[in-house]
Amino acid sequence: MATVHEIDTGGHAPALEARNLSVFYGEKQAVKDVSLVIPAHQVVALIGPSGCGKSTLLRCFNRMNDLVIGARIEGEVLFHGQNLYDSDVDPVEVRRRIGMVFQKPNPFPKSVYENAAFGPRIQGFKGDLDDLVEESLRAAALWDEVSDRLSESAYTLSGGQQQRLCIARTLAVKPEIVLMDEPASALDPIATQKIEDLIWELKERYTIVIVTHNMQQAARISDYAAFLYMGELIEYGPTDTIFTNPKEERTESYVTGRFG
Amino acid sequence: MKERAIGWALFACAGLSTLVTAGIVCILLRETLGFFSEVSIVEYLTGTEWTPQFGEKHFGVLPLAAGSLLIATGAAIVAVPIGLLTAIYMSEYARHRTRSVLKPTLELLAGVPTVVYGYFALTFITPLIRQFFPETDIFNAASAAVVVGIMIIPTVSSLSEDALRAVPQALREGAFGLGATKLEVSLRVVVPAALSGIVASFILAISRAVGETMAVSIAAGNLAQLTANPLKSIQTMTAYVVQVSLGDTPQGTIVYQTLFAVAFTLFLITLAMNILSQWVMRRFREVYE
Ligand SMILES: Nc1ncnc2c1ncn2[C@@H]1O[C@H](COP(=O)(O)OP(=O)(O)OP(=O)(O)O)[C@@H](O)[C@H]1O
Ligand SMILES: [Mg+2]
Repeated sequence: MATVHEIDTGGHAPALEARNLSVFYGEKQAVKDVSLVIPAHQVVALIGPSGCGKSTLLRCFNRMNDLVIGARIEGEVLFHGQNLYDSDVDPVEVRRRIGMVFQKPNPFPKSVYENAAFGPRIQGFKGDLDDLVEESLRAAALWDEVSDRLSESAYTLSGGQQQRLCIARTLAVKPEIVLMDEPASALDPIATQKIEDLIWELKERYTIVIVTHNMQQAARISDYAAFLYMGELIEYGPTDTIFTNPKEERTESYVTGRFG
Repeated sequence: MKERAIGWALFACAGLSTLVTAGIVCILLRETLGFFSEVSIVEYLTGTEWTPQFGEKHFGVLPLAAGSLLIATGAAIVAVPIGLLTAIYMSEYARHRTRSVLKPTLELLAGVPTVVYGYFALTFITPLIRQFFPETDIFNAASAAVVVGIMIIPTVSSLSEDALRAVPQALREGAFGLGATKLEVSLRVVVPAALSGIVASFILAISRAVGETMAVSIAAGNLAQLTANPLKSIQTMTAYVVQVSLGDTPQGTIVYQTLFAVAFTLFLITLAMNILSQWVMRRFREVYE
């Protein structure tokens, strides 16, 4: 049942395209033959009940599943016409261009500055690192709060600040796409609000794919939404349509909170 | 009723070992005090000659301390890099299958009787060193240091591995997500995050090297001289204790008491190192909480 979800990308070039993507953990199939197009400079939300394969799908987009022992991927993910899973593609390079922010803030046990500088440093960044760190922290709407404590441990920051630091750290590498796996689920409403505002600003420069459990959040911040259920992509389209006028009954009952 | 009896029996066992430890420390302390009523602490700590068994007696512990230091340093030079790299390999690189073979094999190293290490040093390492440095003494610090180093590799590798594995997977993923290679993740994120645990393993291993007795008695010689040259014969504190214990030194003599003074010094050094490693270890618990 290979449903290719051709959607109107509103003139946006595709940033990523999954073709007949399946993921297996041992015997268990977590993602089933998913095909979708992620338009550039848009926010795409992956929604669906717990365990439906949102994280697994997201992690396919920058080959993070390579790190999971026993995970096997079939199908293609096209990025600038190149299949990310071709044997000559270096996953390290992929992850530099497609960054990831995780559910729980995971700053390194280093200073705020060193966290933001980590990516550029390992890439042998030659320019003015101070500038890049400031730029990244500003882009993550964190600079004003931490500019006078750059040398303090990242663990002295609040959870919300830590998460924005993780976003800054990702932006410092200058990726084209930012993948976010429930980036606000461990945060309080105010911190969540800040992250949402930030995502809105970031889409100017980046393509964002975000997993979220929170329907209001998905409705607020995303341009497109993909509903997954038991590993299958049930429906994909503009967020408005998904939330107000879905074609599938399962989508409707999920977004209206009747299950999941 | 039966439960209570068992409880008491267990308490008695625990109590007994505590009592024995306390008893040992008491005896050590008493004889040590006896020793220091005849020899000044200053002479003991600063004297550069150790000749209690000679006609002209000197009681400077420095030659013995230097001997122990030489062995510990040499052993650390061997064990720290090998142990740490092994730990990194096992924690970050090895497949489950490889690790399940490698780990018990390494632990076997710790199970080899130390006397075997001593003869291994004497009959294999020393001739090897002599190929490069023919003037090396038959009994020399270097060969003993090498085998003691091999002996403490499991301490370093196993405790460091525990520390590395305790680093949350989320930190590794964060680094991979920024386009770090496996080596960069290991060396720039995981090792620094586990650093206190790793340092604690070094300290514990070195304290074992200081306390090691049999291999150094056999291979390093029994010549208490103050030297930094590892190709020379030396005597460590532990080797001195063995040497005197094996002789027929009459109880109550000053030579007999040196035994306790040296043993007590050794006890304090290893105790300090153990406390230090505990302290370092505790600090590291807080790092990524
Ligand atoms: N490392 C793994 N090994 C085996 N099975 C896994 C692994 N990771 C996920 N799974 C399984 O794959 C399925 C999809 O998991 P995934 O984490 O992608 O779901 P999710 O939609 O992100 O759920 P949640 O909303 O709870 O985060 C689940 O059934 C899960 O149990
Ligand atoms: Mg998930």
